[in-house]
Amino acid sequence: MKIIYTDVLVIGGGLAGLRTATGVKARGYEPIVLSLVPPKRSHSAAAQGGMQASLANSVMGRGDNEDIHFEDTIKGSDWGADQKIVRMFVNTCPKAIRELAAKGVPWSRVKKGERQAIMNAEKVTITEADEAHGLITARDFGGTKKWRTCYTADGTGHSMLYAMDNEAQKQKIEVHERMEAIALIHDSTENQQQRCYGAVVRNLMTGELTAYIAKATTIATGGYGRIYSVSTNAIICQGMGQAIALETGVATLGNMEAIQFHPTAIVPVGILTTEGCRGDGGVLRDVDGYRFMPDYEPEKKELASRDVVSRRMIEHIRKGKGVPSRYGDHLWLDITLLGREHIEKNLREVKEICENFLGIDPVEEWIPVRPTQHYSMGGIRTKYSGESQTLQGLYACGEAACWDIHGFNRLGGNSVSETVVSGMLVAEYIADYCDTKDSKVDINSNTIEFFIQQEKDKLDRLLKHKKGEDAFALRESMEQILMHKVGIFRNEADLESAVKELQELLRRSRNIAVKHSKSKAANPELVNAYRVQRMLKIALTVAYGALLRRESRGAHAREDYPERNDKDWLKRTIMSWPDQNSTMPDVNYETLDVEEMELPPGFRGYGKDITIHHPASELRQQQVMDIHAKLAEQDKDRFILQNTLMPYKHLLPEKYRGKNERLNERFPDLNNNSAAKGSTDE
Amino acid sequence: MNSEKGRLLKINILRFDPHIKGDKPRIETFEIEEAPGMTLFIALNDIRQHHDPSLKFDFVCRAGICGSCAMIINGKPGLACSTLTANMDSDISLAPLPVFELIGDLSVFTGNWMRSLNNRLEAWIHQHEELNIDQLEQRMEPELAEEIYELDRCIECGCCVAGCGTIQMREEFVGAVGLNKIARYQIDPRDERSDSDYYELVGDEDGVFGCMTLLGCEDVCPKNLPLQSRIAYLRRKMLEIGLKSNTEVCSC
Repeated sequence: MKIIYTDVLVIGGGLAGLRTATGVKARGYEPIVLSLVPPKRSHSAAAQGGMQASLANSVMGRGDNEDIHFEDTIKGSDWGADQKIVRMFVNTCPKAIRELAAKGVPWSRVKKGERQAIMNAEKVTITEADEAHGLITARDFGGTKKWRTCYTADGTGHSMLYAMDNEAQKQKIEVHERMEAIALIHDSTENQQQRCYGAVVRNLMTGELTAYIAKATTIATGGYGRIYSVSTNAIICQGMGQAIALETGVATLGNMEAIQFHPTAIVPVGILTTEGCRGDGGVLRDVDGYRFMPDYEPEKKELASRDVVSRRMIEHIRKGKGVPSRYGDHLWLDITLLGREHIEKNLREVKEICENFLGIDPVEEWIPVRPTQHYSMGGIRTKYSGESQTLQGLYACGEAACWDIHGFNRLGGNSVSETVVSGMLVAEYIADYCDTKDSKVDINSNTIEFFIQQEKDKLDRLLKHKKGEDAFALRESMEQILMHKVGIFRNEADLESAVKELQELLRRSRNIAVKHSKSKAANPELVNAYRVQRMLKIALTVAYGALLRRESRGAHAREDYPERNDKDWLKRTIMSWPDQNSTMPDVNYETLDVEEMELPPGFRGYGKDITIHHPASELRQQQVMDIHAKLAEQDKDRFILQNTLMPYKHLLPEKYRGKNERLNERFPDLNNNSAAKGSTDE
Repeated sequence: MNSEKGRLLKINILRFDPHIKGDKPRIETFEIEEAPGMTLFIALNDIRQHHDPSLKFDFVCRAGICGSCAMIINGKPGLACSTLTANMDSDISLAPLPVFELIGDLSVFTGNWMRSLNNRLEAWIHQHEELNIDQLEQRMEPELAEEIYELDRCIECGCCVAGCGTIQMREEFVGAVGLNKIARYQIDPRDERSDSDYYELVGDEDGVFGCMTLLGCEDVCPKNLPLQSRIAYLRRKMLEIGLKSNTEVCSC
């Protein structure tokens, strides 16, 4: 039995995982990062458009700050997000981007003077201030009041990931590549608390199983988009992190039904073209070449929130305005109006994708697009510290987690921000935990052996069968069910049959046979077999959560329950899977407390307001308004106001509590490393 | 794209599994029907799903962004995911990238190779000044940021290494991928290293002076990085340093 001991095991080598690893290392703890692929190939690299941070350097972002970023994010989430966590997040975003700038990310910069831009399909001239020259610039993205999305051309995620992985190498962080965690090792502690001790890990090249034992284990494995047959996600985004957490029977998953569909993935392959296309001035057109979004959303048009634009596109297609093709109807994304120079400089990946996969030049031709599965708002449910609410020593961050800053709809540009910010913060909490006696590893070697043996037996069973189910066929059925019955618009009948069919597939998956190759080493058939078994459980949490949630909130749109129902559904879906023989998860709900909200539930500003209000919303709204009025009278600044409405800074690690300096917002006490000291709460 | 029955593609794959005792390298041919818009990503998954589920290959982003799927396509290194079969003859041959450790069939372990290269070249920003992340970021000229990004676009796919003549003879050669990294940091003012520091890293035959200027790298780079001009630029810079230090040696 091979055992490797370390302080912190990080499962996943994307932005969130790497930033967690560098954070704990800086605190003196030894991390090991496990990655299915070389870290630089993680799905983080595919984030094209940008990262939200309220720097307010560009003239179009002037006046931006944490408050506006906060408000945009909460509204975007359709009030599903945890407001305190969002506050922690928006305060750390500018710090994260500045840290990355110092680590080598070549952020696109403000150039002083006049430049041409396209807004609302018209040419406009923007004049950037002299004093902003050379600072990090930003572009427009959907659902934001200000231009806040910082970028490096359209290779933002790539540049960030490379800088982060290089930093990890500089700090001599051990990365074990082509390693897959297939089970979490857990046991109850002396005081009857369930505790995670690490993972059983399979080497994807040799098939060897190793136990990695750690004080803290962090899952940073991204989303679960690949349960759908068409997704913008990388093919490794199969939800295995969530699945191994679920299989502990102890850790919980939150809001798994909250799935984002991105408006503009190319047809048919589902590769993403960035929201930056629309942010920079691109428009959507129908079969007649007509720009239809202003009819539906006169104010935000193409730059409404992602869930809204995706639904409007499907509505328009259902009216017969889609462009017929052999792959079904689609619409057009028109960026020709941006001009060659802009496209070749700022939307270069988009151009390459169009050339390589469609054989068209987007400077001259329109791009065929359709809303496509893109992001998993749900994930491993955590406390503010990133630790599982129910399994001590297990942490999660980035897309893998439900922390929860996105609620039921993530704003474009908030995902890469979350990866780095959550990595920064969660690393501190993990290190704090490692500082305590509670983190001592006192696991019995029999327990470790038990978990390894259990996984070995499962693999052997798959290989032993001569006859049985075909994992590829099961997977295809699952993907189709999700596509057709758990999509953008959902309804009771479809969801009910989806849950039933998925249960049947899960039953059948227990009898999968790996037929062609019996190799225990690199064997894609074997890998597919054990992953399909786990993907089906994830698929069930998604479909079942969607079936139970009888309302429409953010990206979860029920045709039979079109209202957002705050009265009954202002709560998070929490799932666990305590009985491994069951074909269904256990479900609970976690109520969001309106009385604690800084921004009480209100109208999001799209379509008609048909919200069923929470009885406490109005009262809280009144309270908030009174506090605003009172503090304005006393001439108190926005920081005092915020702290009065909803104190949160005590939750942040001390080193990240400082105020963020901006061109138009300077703090005299903020100089030479006195930041943390000078800016603690008033 | 047309809706008629597709061509029959003959895909010839060099197969070998070093983990199976006694396995021998061989070419296996799979016949599949071409579909509209088919890429080698779709074709290889079709083979895995319908013909041989043990076929090993690597894809991650399948969008030409991550660099996982580099292989030898009809004799030339390239990314399989962004290769449309429609642009090819119906007889297609695929082999794993040379130089890198073979995992099996078309899958190679580029990760350890790239990691050790990065460590050797210390491919990260060297800066000692303490950072206060609450304050405004350091300024940078917009054009310079673009120039750095241009070189930062390398995806470590290994195509340039596979297409390199020098590396066939000189195992320790850093390749275009390595030289491009140094060129990237050399223009980045955030990196405090001097040209003499870079000279220590690539000022020899395993570095910029080893390049035989065959420039296969430039031909095969899927990101169209300006490798030729960057290698030439770096060689000039390193030559300046080399000549200077040689002169100093001669004068004493």
